Amino acid sequence: MSGEFKTPGQSGLILNEKLLWESGRKGRSAMSPVVSGLPPVSLPPDLAGDGPDWPDLSEQQVARHYTRLSTWNFGVDTGTYPLGSCTMKYNPKINEEMANLPGFVKAHPLLPAEAVQGELRLMYELEQFLAEIVGLKAASLQPGAGAHGELCGMLMIAACHRHHGQNRSKVLMPDTAHGTNPATAAMCGYSEVKVPLGPKGFMEYATVEKLMTDEVAGLMVTNPNTLGLFESELHRITEMIHQRGGLVYGDGANLNAIMGRVDLGRLGVDVVHYNVHKTLSTPHGGGGPGAGPVAVGDRLLPYLPGPRVVKNGDRYEWKEDLPLSIGRLHGFHGQFRVLVRAYAYILSMGPELKTASDLAVLNANYIKEKLKDVYDLPFDQPCMHECVFTNAKQAAARVSTLDIAKGLIDLGFHPPTIYFPLVVDSAIMIEPTETESKEDLDAFIAAMRQVAEEVRQNPETLHQAPARTFRSRLDETSAARRPILTGDMG
Amino acid sequence: MKELNELNLPSSVRYHDDHEWVSVSAPYRLGISDFAQDALGDLTFVEMPEVGTRLTRGEEFGTLESTKSVSPLLSPVNGTVKAVNEELNDNPGLVNSDPYGAGWIIEIEMNPGELDGLMDAAAYKAHLESEGGH
Repeated sequence: MSGEFKTPGQSGLILNEKLLWESGRKGRSAMSPVVSGLPPVSLPPDLAGDGPDWPDLSEQQVARHYTRLSTWNFGVDTGTYPLGSCTMKYNPKINEEMANLPGFVKAHPLLPAEAVQGELRLMYELEQFLAEIVGLKAASLQPGAGAHGELCGMLMIAACHRHHGQNRSKVLMPDTAHGTNPATAAMCGYSEVKVPLGPKGFMEYATVEKLMTDEVAGLMVTNPNTLGLFESELHRITEMIHQRGGLVYGDGANLNAIMGRVDLGRLGVDVVHYNVHKTLSTPHGGGGPGAGPVAVGDRLLPYLPGPRVVKNGDRYEWKEDLPLSIGRLHGFHGQFRVLVRAYAYILSMGPELKTASDLAVLNANYIKEKLKDVYDLPFDQPCMHECVFTNAKQAAARVSTLDIAKGLIDLGFHPPTIYFPLVVDSAIMIEPTETESKEDLDAFIAAMRQVAEEVRQNPETLHQAPARTFRSRLDETSAARRPILTGDMG
Repeated sequence: MKELNELNLPSSVRYHDDHEWVSVSAPYRLGISDFAQDALGDLTFVEMPEVGTRLTRGEEFGTLESTKSVSPLLSPVNGTVKAVNEELNDNPGLVNSDPYGAGWIIEIEMNPGELDGLMDAAAYKAHLESEGGH
């Protein structure tokens, strides 16, 4: 790769950037080591020898390197990012401001309760909010990510069955489930019983009823499901599962569709996790910490992780004496400053959380109606917060779902989720979220229609797409088969 | 995606509705059909069982990872794993380029009667047609 770039600019001011190893020059440094005046000491022989091949760089080179890389990035602050099942809503900057208050930044998790009353109050109130938003009784902030929240929920279900002398070995799993659900069940020692999708895109009572035996610990269900459809028979299903001694785990991946609108307690859900990075506008990934708090109903409340924050008069304290608790899931108290962002969001929105869900659903239905004449819509019915198309109308022109996604990049949009959910062949899964304006939605719809038109006129260009990006189509197969994970490019 | 009439469906193997094939005589090898490899796209990893693993009809014994997705491998027969195709560890693309030859996945010790429940090429093609296959 070195020597390829004659000038830094490839297109206007989109700057090329080499690997740091290629930029280094012997003797450059970003710091001036203090001269200690002590005599040099030679290393023990087993520690001596050539060190790692660190590049020698100046501070400015490092700053430019990462700043240039950042200009190749695309995020929700750059443009529309309709990645289905990911809820890429805008993250208000007030969240960052609150999380960066010095009192929060500098609080040490080992401080005694009397020194962190503000933090404990925030945690206590956030737990109450999380329970109230979904119609449940209590919550725990400990789980450090969504999948960790799933693990927490299923450990509680297992603990509850054990406590009641029940030895159940299986969990019902709709075939629209996210892959983390069967993985979680397996980690808790359960084998999965697949629940096939009904013809309308959701589980049918009669199917679940046949599978629910006394070996089954419960059901893991995402509602709305990964097709963006409301599980319309869920109430009857949960009633039957409870009658037969089972419990219901609600996967909260799609809570953005139903905040304050669906009472999960009355719907028969015993525990649900939140993906705060989706529903409550905390940052997505980026290698930083996440949080996956869980909310529970009465039945699982005694099994929540401990210690728990409790309010005693006007003081907040830690309660350790929780005989049925599944114990600690986190070294300290959860990813506190991520949770501050979620708390800030809930307080900023207040009752408007309901409106956020309403608009998320409205926006998805708008896109669905505006595109269903040019893209195949396998389940043509009102959807919740996301809608799922396929490439069936483009397949005859040999244009795949991947080609459609790549074509969209050339028009300035992050592609939707593709090839998920697995129950739909070559799925294109679009989740606009509530924070895209009507103009943004219309521009996205126009781009999707332009891609469909291109398939009719000139399908070959889509096999080459993207053509207008910094890098053209990447060889994803080689990247997956032979990843180069070191700086040594050979 | 290939059209139905472009698929290679040899008569030397028997097919399962989950798109695995098993050879009609010993050594009994198992792989995935041309339809399956085409639908999955370029494979990046094949997770295979250990030799000696018992196979139960309808149960998962491994996974296929492609650039699109991760899919379970379901056993169409009862039997025991006699060998696995170690070549696939370095070159999973063999399943795409030669699904009935170098892209075999496991070899099975089984009773020949296990083949009875499987489809011949014509029945499998009809099955793909009824599924709205491509």
